[in-house]
Amino acid sequence: MATVGTTRAPGKTGLVQPALLIVGAAFLFTDLYLIFQYVPTERVMGIVQRLFYFHVPTVWVGFLAFFIVFVSSIMYLVKRTEVWDRRAYAAGEVGMLFLTVAMVTGAIWAKPVWGVWWVWDAKLTTTFVLWLIYIGYLMVRAYAPDKRRGARWAAVVGIVGFVDVPIVYYAAELWRSLHPELVTGPFAESGGLAPEMRTTLYFSALTFMLVFAYLFRERTAQRADEQALDELRARVG
Amino acid sequence: MQETPPAAAAGPAMAIAVSGLSKTFGTTRALIDVDLRVAWGQTLAVLGHNGAGKSTLLRVIASLARPDAGTVVVGGFDRAKDAARLRSIVGYVGHQPLLYDDLTAGENLAFYARLYGVADARARIGQVLEDVGGSAWADRRVRGLSNGMQKRLAIARALLHRPSVLLLDEPETGLDVSGLAMLDRLVRGVSDGGAAVVMTTHGMERGLALADQIVVLAEGRVALAGRSTDVTPADVRAIVTRQSEVAP
Amino acid sequence: MSAYVRSALAIYRKDVMIEARTRETLSGVFMFALVVAFIFKFTFDPAPQVVALIGPGMVWVAYVFAGIVGMNRTFVLERDRGTLEALLLAPVPREAIYLGKLLGAFTIMIVVEAAMLPVFVVLHDLSFLSLPFAVTAVLATLGMAAVGTLFSAIAVHTRARELLLPVLFLPVALPVIIAAVSATSLLLDGGGWGDIDLWLRLMLAFDIAFLVLSSWAFEFVLEE
Repeated sequence: MATVGTTRAPGKTGLVQPALLIVGAAFLFTDLYLIFQYVPTERVMGIVQRLFYFHVPTVWVGFLAFFIVFVSSIMYLVKRTEVWDRRAYAAGEVGMLFLTVAMVTGAIWAKPVWGVWWVWDAKLTTTFVLWLIYIGYLMVRAYAPDKRRGARWAAVVGIVGFVDVPIVYYAAELWRSLHPELVTGPFAESGGLAPEMRTTLYFSALTFMLVFAYLFRERTAQRADEQALDELRARVG
Repeated sequence: MQETPPAAAAGPAMAIAVSGLSKTFGTTRALIDVDLRVAWGQTLAVLGHNGAGKSTLLRVIASLARPDAGTVVVGGFDRAKDAARLRSIVGYVGHQPLLYDDLTAGENLAFYARLYGVADARARIGQVLEDVGGSAWADRRVRGLSNGMQKRLAIARALLHRPSVLLLDEPETGLDVSGLAMLDRLVRGVSDGGAAVVMTTHGMERGLALADQIVVLAEGRVALAGRSTDVTPADVRAIVTRQSEVAP
Repeated sequence: MSAYVRSALAIYRKDVMIEARTRETLSGVFMFALVVAFIFKFTFDPAPQVVALIGPGMVWVAYVFAGIVGMNRTFVLERDRGTLEALLLAPVPREAIYLGKLLGAFTIMIVVEAAMLPVFVVLHDLSFLSLPFAVTAVLATLGMAAVGTLFSAIAVHTRARELLLPVLFLPVALPVIIAAVSATSLLLDGGGWGDIDLWLRLMLAFDIAFLVLSSWAFEFVLEE
């Protein structure tokens, strides 16, 4: 009973979280400055190309999050400790958020550049499928008759879904070779990035990772509190 | 009638050894720190009001449910390490008959005989059907059988692979007077053959008469444990009624 | 014969026996596929040259949706009367339960797919019958059954089980669906083994990956 107030160990999130918040906020403002002031406007695509620095980092973080879901799910099934389930769940939720931002910014960027909101190249197809799997992952938990089974089923979906992603990519690539479309544009980039653009991209990626880390840890801690509350309820009856 | 071999004649001293067992469902604590031992050839009756944790206890011993804490060792096989071998020596009768409606009684038993790898399946099926008084409806589909017949068939299914540990969860349900007599006869036969029996029951007097040992559960804890000769119905009733008043 | 194969076959035989007696799933799934194929006629009213273009997609939409309907039923029988518990009580490897159930789902789907072939000929004047197509169908169906059996074991225990299976199943099964449609298109254009070789390999890789992974994961799905 006396331990109720201290389920969140002070050393664990007590100091790291505020620090992450301050550093993350500083990075975020710097990032906005870089994206809207520092980096030069792209010659062909114009101002809309600045979405690039939101879009690409959020895609990266979205995929990274699903990798965390994958690893945490395996750990949960092997070790059966709740902490791994909380990590998987938090990474799933926050990853879903990032991937949604990535798809929305991608579509807004694509419309003026390509003339369409969406194209079915391998990268976009894989991102969309990953997003759908995320939804299934969260739905399984919501529809499960109890939390424990929801956690186990979600872990299975998280693992199966992750293994599926490269196969989807390969299939979509192969499919595109049968259905050629006349698309050249943002993705013809890579090598042709100006140094300022590259700096901004990497800084932005770092910034979004910090934001992810903060949200991920916050959500994990919330779930820990939630569980402590459940346990307390069970004990009280 | 039963040729149950004491599976581990030279093996472990105890048929069932449960210690520190806890199990939670969501916010409900079904079992709390339960300790339990049953020797070979002994019959244990588990009593308690509805929701006291009787069924959960049996399901955990049968390896259908995974405990949150504690150890379950049946016939020397640890539930956590040796689940498959544990399962091969356990017979279980639950609330549902666990039968396929569109198969006949005989086909149901033949299917389970294959799953358990029963060697002399045909003869054994004939034998257990006779034991439960079901030889006459061996070729009838389960869908057309009465509840009592299905219960008898469920008991036959549990005995099919000559289990050395028999778990019965309120086996009286659905049985008529002759069915109850058959059940008592079978339980005695099984335990005379050296097997351990654990049964939950609402029928306190029958439980006390049939069992060697009694455990009374209340709110997931062992409230009373002892030899059936030392426990009176009044002792049990005192716990059960007290708990039903307290229970929400 | 190992206990693994023996138990899997016992479960499969039991399911076949029940299906042979009731014909519930088979007739239901076939009727569903039939209705889908029929609806295509009136939603697109395709001209002959269009049929050649959209035919493969039409066929696989019918197969995939019928497959989902069929796989949704894989564990319904076991759940309604609690017999899944009896399978779990038995000393059989959990992988054997998965394999037995998978074989059942696969059989239903393959039988319906074969039975639909003449239907496509009659309704849309489309004929697919060839050895390469048969191999394509077997590989695709095996992949769908591998993933679908795992997910249907999850879905059957949830609220809204009919809903959850397609949501989980379709994104994951996308590679085999793409492969099956593409290979069928190539075959319909007069292609042969060499043209669909890459697609067949893709499906084979998918099948192996998810047969192994699902076998392993199945235990965690069944546990209470």
